[in-house]
Formats: sequence, structure tokens, C-alpha cells
Amino acid sequence: MPLVFPLVFASFLFATGVYGVLARRNAVMVLMSIELMLNAVNVNLVAFNAYLQDKLATGQVFALFVIAVAAAEVGIGLAIVLLIFRNRETVNLDEVDLLRW
Amino acid sequence: MLELAWIVPALTLAAWAVVLLVGKRLPDGGSWVGIVAVGVGFVVSVVILAQIAGGAGPYSASIDWAPFGPGLQIPLGMTVNGLSAVLLVVVTTVSLLVQIYSTAYMRGDERYTFYFSNLSLFTAAMLGVVLSDNLIILLIGWEVMGLCSYLLIGHWWEDRVNSSAAIKAFLMTRVGDVGFLFGIIVLFWQVRSFEISRIVEAVAGGRISGGTVTLAAVLVFCGAIGKSAQFPLHTWLPDAMAGPTPVSALIHAATMVAAGVFLVARLYPVFEASAAAMNEIAVIAAVTMLISALLALVQDDIKRVLAYSTVSQLAYMMAALGVGGYTAGIFHLFTHAFFKALLFLGAGSIIHAVHSNNMSEMGGLRRSMPTTFWTFLVGSLALVGIPPLAGFWSKDEILHDAYVAGFGPGEPGLLTSQGVAQVVFVTGMLTVFLTALYVGRMLWLTFAGAYRGQGHPHEPPPAMTFPLVLLAGGAVVAGFANSPLAGEGGLAAWIAPADAPRPGIAEIDVPVAVASILIALAGLALATRWYRGGLPEREPLARAPLLYRTLQHAYWLDDLYDAVVVRPVRGTLARLAYQFDQRVIDGAVNGAGTGTRRLSRTLRYLQTGQAQWYAAALFLGVIGVALVFTRLAGG
Repeated sequence: MPLVFPLVFASFLFATGVYGVLARRNAVMVLMSIELMLNAVNVNLVAFNAYLQDKLATGQVFALFVIAVAAAEVGIGLAIVLLIFRNRETVNLDEVDLLRW
Repeated sequence: MLELAWIVPALTLAAWAVVLLVGKRLPDGGSWVGIVAVGVGFVVSVVILAQIAGGAGPYSASIDWAPFGPGLQIPLGMTVNGLSAVLLVVVTTVSLLVQIYSTAYMRGDERYTFYFSNLSLFTAAMLGVVLSDNLIILLIGWEVMGLCSYLLIGHWWEDRVNSSAAIKAFLMTRVGDVGFLFGIIVLFWQVRSFEISRIVEAVAGGRISGGTVTLAAVLVFCGAIGKSAQFPLHTWLPDAMAGPTPVSALIHAATMVAAGVFLVARLYPVFEASAAAMNEIAVIAAVTMLISALLALVQDDIKRVLAYSTVSQLAYMMAALGVGGYTAGIFHLFTHAFFKALLFLGAGSIIHAVHSNNMSEMGGLRRSMPTTFWTFLVGSLALVGIPPLAGFWSKDEILHDAYVAGFGPGEPGLLTSQGVAQVVFVTGMLTVFLTALYVGRMLWLTFAGAYRGQGHPHEPPPAMTFPLVLLAGGAVVAGFANSPLAGEGGLAAWIAPADAPRPGIAEIDVPVAVASILIALAGLALATRWYRGGLPEREPLARAPLLYRTLQHAYWLDDLYDAVVVRPVRGTLARLAYQFDQRVIDGAVNGAGTGTRRLSRTLRYLQTGQAQWYAAALFLGVIGVALVFTRLAGG
């Protein structure tokens, strides 16, 4: 399989994630979009690992790390969203501007 | 003992710190700390001088103090030779007696402790100058003396006159110091060392061109002009009499003003190598001795008489150096320190009794203050140069040297021109007459006739009369140090450079001595004629109105300086500097502050709290950076 297929796929996935992060107002959707971006990166890592035929499988190992970190990040992120909802009755990011001038 | 000489300034410096820090909690305001320190210093100094007189060689030692890399080392070192040993004894003697005197004179003063700490610091600085083996340490001591002079002249600063006098003294000596600093730079630039011995070696070895030596000598002499109050920078010294009288005795008669003479003597080979510098010294000294002796004739303030007398006597020392009389100049410094300190302390005890500086409010004090009178008389006659008192021996030697340089064969290798030496000799003789005249006037107006002041003057406490008596003893015997009586081991032998031939027995130049004694007696006789009847209704000198007015206005020199320097500086220049400071310097500082505040007031609206805006900016930034790097990498 040529390298370009997974790369193009990963680009689309990443672009979708960026769009979601920037355009979505719901905090849960933004968190999910971040996951999309992370997975696009994972696809790249694995693809290059296969392409370069790395004996140590660094790309795959790194992808596993990213998945683990992403799981932790989602755990904290959802906890924050939950607390915001409890306090302010909203998960709309436009209305959560506590740290402003 | 020579290697312990550093202990003398170190002790007084320590005394300064102790008195300044804890003096107020010590009994008697800590005044005894300085007295003990300088007393020990005095004993050490006397032992050192005795050893030098016994033939102990010069001793030098130094430690690396401030290494600025190769080629620029500033050592902290000392040189003990005959010259510095003589000065050590003079400074510690006068300082010791002045401090003892001050315990009575300044009793009850509100800044008693501060006053004594300053005396100690001053003494330490002068001793540092005397012992220093390099010009940087010498300059540091020199400037600290300027500071102490400022603090002590302005001791009673509540009175505006006193603080102005302090500022004047500080600034006028600074004018000379600028020249001195440039002189040091010139010497360093040529010799690559600040050490006096190296500089002297380089000059003696002919390694410096004649023009440069002249430049350096003239610049260094500027410092001496300022410190030793020579024309045209002499006007600060009479005003410096605003300070307490013991300070005048210590600083403005016996020690600090002698530093200028000492400096010229210390660097004498540099001056000797330049005809222009020698002539300059001689001419300035001749002018100074004459004009200041004339000024002393018309003063009413007894301290101002003595101040002008000091200027005139310092000019004698300078004149001696200018005509090649190295020994004579130092000898006069030595004797003058005793009798001038005596006269100032005597004047102090008179002022203490009369509560006025003005001779018009004195008179008839001979009966009420016998000790002061007799000691003052001894000091006065020593100043006039009546044998066998101290002033006679040294002044005779100066006049003899001027005569030999002007009319005789002259010292071999002396570069001073004959004409200049003749001028020095003639003005010297004339000044002997004027000295006798103003001293006679001072004596008659102060001690003879009827008392014109208020209250009942009485003799001061023993702490004040005791130094007077001791100094009077010094004023009697100090002159024998370089007289035929001293034999071959006199002052000339102590201070002679190590490589010079051993000087023989000092001789009296009988014709010159007789002439000067006769002239002095004539001056005293004229003073007697004019002032025996007490305060004349009209000063006899006023019969020459133009001269009298010129003298009363001190040649209008202060007015000249006021018009040429003080007013432009305080008016235009000060206003410009103020505006520059306010607008440009402060403007830049304040502008930085207000500019930042205004900018941040606008920029803070960027912090919206909208996380998605931040993310958008982040992505745009990443894209921008990526673009830049790909462009750069792709060429």
C-alpha cells in the first residue's frame, strides 16, 4: 500500500478535528474533535512505521503512548466539563469565559 | 619598625569607624578613641623618624589590591622614606594636639562625636597620602581629605555662610584635582604604572619626552595649586575659616594644605626634569606669597589674617621647590606646621574667650590671657623669622636657595631660569617685610591697648593651653632640625633621596640672614608705629585708597569668579542641565512607564477568555511558522 493513502486519510481526519475544535460550541464535541486529531497523528505514526520498516517499531510504540495519554486527557477533560455543567448549567464554550480581562 | 608604618593610618581609620558607629554610646562622645589611636601613631612615627635619622634605608611594601588584568595593576602599598617619616611626625603631632584641644573647644557641641570621627578620618587620609607608594592610593587619600575638609568647614552648617564656604572649598580644590587626575593619566600612559618609584625612574632615565614630562608636571601641579591654595585658586582658604578653629589649625594650616607641597616634593624628579614646570611653580609661588601677604594686612578677622598668612607661607614652600630648594621647602613645611598650628590654636583660645573673630573687638588680652599671649608671641615671631625660632631657619634657607639660583652659580642641573629665581628672591624679601607688618598688626591689635569687646575674657581650660605650650616648644626647637646645631644628621640628611650624596652640615647664609632679619624688624617697627595705640580710627594703609580698596575686595577675584564661572553655571548651565534631566532623562523613564500602560490598556482586550479563539490563533501561528520554515528551507 502506498504511503500516500494513509497520509491523505490522516490529513482529512486531522482537518475534521481542527474544524470541530474551532467551530463546535459544545465542550463534549470539542473534546471528541481533539480525539480525532490525536488519532490522525496515530495513523501517521503507524503508517511511517510500516513504511520505514522500523525493527524497533518505534512508531507503533509511540502510538500506544498517545492512546494512553489521550485516555487520561479525556478523563480529566470530561471531569472538567461535568463540573462546569454543575456550576453553570451549560457546556457551551462561548459562555465559559471565566479567564478574561 | 619601618615595616609597621601602615599601622599609623590603619589605627586612625579604625578610630574613625569606631567613633562614627558607636561613638555616641562611649563616654565623652568617643573623643578619646581618636586621641589614643593618633597617640599610638605618634609614638610609632617618632620611632620611625628616629630610625630613618639613624640611617635606616627606605622601606617599600605592597600587596596586589585591584588587578585589572595584565598591564593595569593597582597595588596597595606604602613607601617609608625620610620625607614620609617627617610628614608622619608632623601630621600625628598636630592631629594629636588638635584633638586634645578640641575636647575642650568643642565641648557641648551637638555634633561633637561626628566632629571627632571626621578628625580621625582626615588624619587617616593624610597619613595615607604620605605613605602611599602609588598615585591612585595617593589620589584616594587626597580626595577623602577634600571630603573631610568639606564636612568640617561646614560643621556648623545651619549658618548659610558656613555651608557655602564648605561647598566653595570643595569645588575649588576639585578644579585643581581634575588637572591632577589628568596628570596621573598622562604619567600612566607613558610609564604604564602608577607607582611613584617607577615614574621617577622613567623620568630620570629619560624614557619620556620632554614635552610630555612638562605636560604631566603642569597637570599634577594643578592639583597642588588647588590643595595648597596657590594663586589663582587660593580664595577658598580664607573662606574655609568658617569651620571650627581647631579644624583650621589641623587642616588649613598644618597638614592638608601641605599635601600640595608634599605632592610636588614626592614627584620632585618629574618637576625637576622640566624647565617650564619649575618656572611655573616659582612664578605662581612668587605671585601668591606677595598678594596673600598684602591681603593679610587689611583683614579684621584674626583667622583670616592667619589664613592669608598660611597661603603666603605655603607659597614660600612652593617657591623653594621651584628654585631647586627641595630640603628648604620640606624644612619650611616642617617648621610651619608647628608655629601655624600654634597660632591657629592660640587664635581659637582667644575666640573662645572673646566670642568674636574680629580684632576690632579684642585688645588688651595680654593681661587676661598670659599663657595664650606668650605662646602666641612665640608663634608669631617664628612666623616672622626672628632667630632662633623655627621660622627663621627654614625661611633663611629658602631665601638662600633663591639667592643662589638667581644671583649665584645655582645648583648644577637646575632648570629654573635665573630671572625667575631673582623674582622669587626679591618677592621673598618683600614678603618678609609684609609678614612682619601683618603679624605686628595682629599682635598689637589683639594683645595690646584696652579691651574693646564685651564680657571678661579669661584663660581657657588646660586641655587648650597644654597643646599651646607644647607647640610653642616645637616652634622654638623645630628649626634646629636643619641648623648648624644639628650637625650632619639634620633634616636634610633624613629626607635626601637614597642615591643623592649625603648633605653636609647646614650653613647659614649670613648676608641673606642678616638682611632678612633687618627687613623683618623694620616691618615690626612699622607695625608698632602704626598700631601701638590700639585700633587706629583710619587704617594707615587707607592713605593709598586705590591699593586699600583693591585689597579689601581681595583683588575682586571672587567677583570675577562669580561673574565668569558661578553665575553662568548656576544660571544658564544649571537651567539647561535641569531641563535636560527633567525632559530627556526623566522623560525617557516616565515615557517607558506610561507607554507600557497605554499599550497594555489596548492589548488586554485580546484576552477574551474564549478558548476557541486561542486555539484558532494557535493553529494560524503553526501554519505561519510552517510556511516560513518551508519557504526558508526550500529557498
